[in-house]
Amino acid sequence: MREREMQSRGTDMPTQERKLLLKKMEISVAEAEKRTGKNAVNMQETYTVYLIETRPVDAASEGTNPVPDSLWRRYSEFELLRNYLLVTYPFLVVPPLPEKRAEFVWHKLSADNMDPDFVERRRVGLENFLLRVASHPDLSSDKIFYSFLTEENGWKETVFETGFQAKADSRLKALNATFRVKNPDKRFAEMKHYGDELQSVISQLLRVRARAADRLYGVYKVHGNYGRVFSEWSAIEKEMGDGLQSAGHHMDAYAASVDDILEEEEHYADQLKEYLFYADALRAVCRKHELTQYELEMAAQDLTSKKQQREELATGTIRTFSLKGVTSKLFGQETPEQREAKLKMLETQIEEGEELVKERNAECEEFVKSAWVDIERFKEQKDHDLREALISYAIMQISMCKKGIQVWNNAKECFSKM
Amino acid sequence: MSGSVVDNTVSSGNSSAAIPTDVSGQILDLDEDDDLEVFSKDTTLTDGSSFNASMQTSPASMINQYKFEEDADTKDIFVTVDNPESHVTAIETYITYRVMTKTTRSEFDSSEFEVRRRYQDFLWLKGRLEEAHPTLIVHPLPEKFVVKGMVERFNEDFIETRRRALHRFLNKIAEHPIFSSSEDFKIFLTAASGELTSHKKQGPGFLSRMGDTVKAVAAAVRGVRNRPQEFTEMQEYVEAFSQKIISLDKVTQRIVREQKEYLEELKECGPTYALWSQSEEELAEPLKNVAGCVDRCCKETEEQVKNLSDHLIPVLHEYVLCADTLKAVLRRRDNIQADFEAKTEALATKKANRDTMRDDLDKAEDRLEWANNALKSDWTRWQKVMRTDLRSAFVDTAERNVSYYEKCLAVWESFLHSQRTDAEGNGKVDFS
Repeated sequence: MREREMQSRGTDMPTQERKLLLKKMEISVAEAEKRTGKNAVNMQETYTVYLIETRPVDAASEGTNPVPDSLWRRYSEFELLRNYLLVTYPFLVVPPLPEKRAEFVWHKLSADNMDPDFVERRRVGLENFLLRVASHPDLSSDKIFYSFLTEENGWKETVFETGFQAKADSRLKALNATFRVKNPDKRFAEMKHYGDELQSVISQLLRVRARAADRLYGVYKVHGNYGRVFSEWSAIEKEMGDGLQSAGHHMDAYAASVDDILEEEEHYADQLKEYLFYADALRAVCRKHELTQYELEMAAQDLTSKKQQREELATGTIRTFSLKGVTSKLFGQETPEQREAKLKMLETQIEEGEELVKERNAECEEFVKSAWVDIERFKEQKDHDLREALISYAIMQISMCKKGIQVWNNAKECFSKM
Repeated sequence: MSGSVVDNTVSSGNSSAAIPTDVSGQILDLDEDDDLEVFSKDTTLTDGSSFNASMQTSPASMINQYKFEEDADTKDIFVTVDNPESHVTAIETYITYRVMTKTTRSEFDSSEFEVRRRYQDFLWLKGRLEEAHPTLIVHPLPEKFVVKGMVERFNEDFIETRRRALHRFLNKIAEHPIFSSSEDFKIFLTAASGELTSHKKQGPGFLSRMGDTVKAVAAAVRGVRNRPQEFTEMQEYVEAFSQKIISLDKVTQRIVREQKEYLEELKECGPTYALWSQSEEELAEPLKNVAGCVDRCCKETEEQVKNLSDHLIPVLHEYVLCADTLKAVLRRRDNIQADFEAKTEALATKKANRDTMRDDLDKAEDRLEWANNALKSDWTRWQKVMRTDLRSAFVDTAERNVSYYEKCLAVWESFLHSQRTDAEGNGKVDFS
């Protein structure tokens, strides 16, 4: 359903349509398998690999239905791909991966990465990730992404060869910028704040939901005890026996029905989790904006101070405190030749500085423009997806109620035959 | 089953002819109303003097009386218990309930009565009925509240639950072919408080009751030798039934606990969705809507929990008490038989007083036959009543659960509907 959905969303943007990889190629993460092998420190480890299948869209419509191309990838390779995309497209809200470790679990789900339910949900999440990237107007045409889907061997080397790791911003640098930036774009500041709120509220919702799921499980399962006791009781009764026995079966059915109910709810939780992680991606874009803005401000500040120095040197007045100024006062003035040399150097620096400011300014503007386009796109996607999620949650509740009505009506019939 | 010694409900042999006038008020310590121990379940059936007037003494006629007929259509007495009121005196605080009776029976002086009774009075009535009919099955009263202190007894929910149980108790008595013609029952329904108090003071006094209890313990220790098969089967059934009903009670209480914990968590969901809606624009409306739906489902869940507690649990609980009553009835029957067996043996072995002993033996034989027939008939009756009660309690529970799910269904469907109308307006969403 997701694939068709994303393809259909592409119809709103006819020029983009041709660019979308998803229009040309069917992508799926079909299977998951356990492997064992030696890791980097030569120790045995067990890990899961996922089968990525691709097939040109036209092939299926021609009716020939050829075997899809496929290759296996581990979660860590998906992580590598995403990190590459993050660094290469810092102005885009990059789709998130499914969680690394199971969080917000309720008691039945194990937090074990090898648990088959977890692996299955991760498979679905990875497929979702690929589809999201493939339907993104900018990301879908990335070559590294394409080769991730098509080149089994040597892909890792190709990624490292791009040197993307060198381009990555250090955390410290980013943090520094966040604190010191003076005039970030208001819209980005608001978006960042929104990202914080979204993350906080979805986390809370996931926690509460998990606890409620745990309790609901208990309620349903205790009804199974009715089944057992009714059955035992029916053995000592004559006329009441049949009614009790059959009512007991319905109580067992009721108790068993909660497993399916909660499994469906996990899908809903996964949809929320995707946006929990998207909030992080959104904030990353805002942080990048702060960084570019900060660097622009630093460059501008530097330029201003250099210009001031030039002025001081030229007029001989010292307006700002400088060590040079103090020492020259103490140890005597420089020679005219020294001053000339300094001035010349400053002039060069100022020229370079002006270039830098122009460059950074352009960068900043470019960033703001592209980022804002993607943020708007993201907003629309988020509103649509989350509304769908809420609707599917309502549909789940309705289904649960219908099951309940059926079971208890059946039980009532049996009871009235007691 | 050997007779248990820790039991108030044992029978005895003869009651002493010269019954001292009431000493109970001076000797028994009556502090709290519901701590009143009804000491004796005296089973004297020898002479009719300590008895309700409507009982006849000839065994044959007594046996006939126990051939019950189901006369459901000719219900001629209606009893209700309602209107709890608190009474404060210098010594104590207690609750009284209004007991209203409407009847067309000729034994009653009028067709409508209204009296006020307290729990102590119900206990007295139950005791009297058990004394008079040791092998008939008296429906249990709600329990005394032992655990918590004063405050809990006057809690609204507790009072209401008790009121319902007292209502059921009186109705079960009224529906019982033998009990409903009991003089004590009539007096309970009609007498003014002063009258009732003085009537209560009649009957075997404390000392005689003590004496009977000692004799009863001795009989219990003796044990019965040739219990008829049907009563053994009854006992086996009662043991098993008791276990099952106790389990059901426990399971239901556990369900209530789990539901309450679920409710606690669910109550936090709605506000979280509401909080979220505050950060959103397009999504604000659906989120607020979902918050409202979750809150409404919470209310329905709360009501469902209350229903279980108010309707199913009290009935299950009554039948747990019933099982104990049945065990007691079977024990009393056994003791009557043990007494007969002992007297038979005595006649065979002893030489002196043979005439009195033969007399005693005849009476003991009659008593045994009477007791057995009474129990057999009432047993059949009780099974029917039990079946009806439990069936309707479970049917009722199932209906309430259906209703609960139907209400929640409606809540979520209205949400879907609102989103659908929105979506159709915007031409966006695909519901496939």
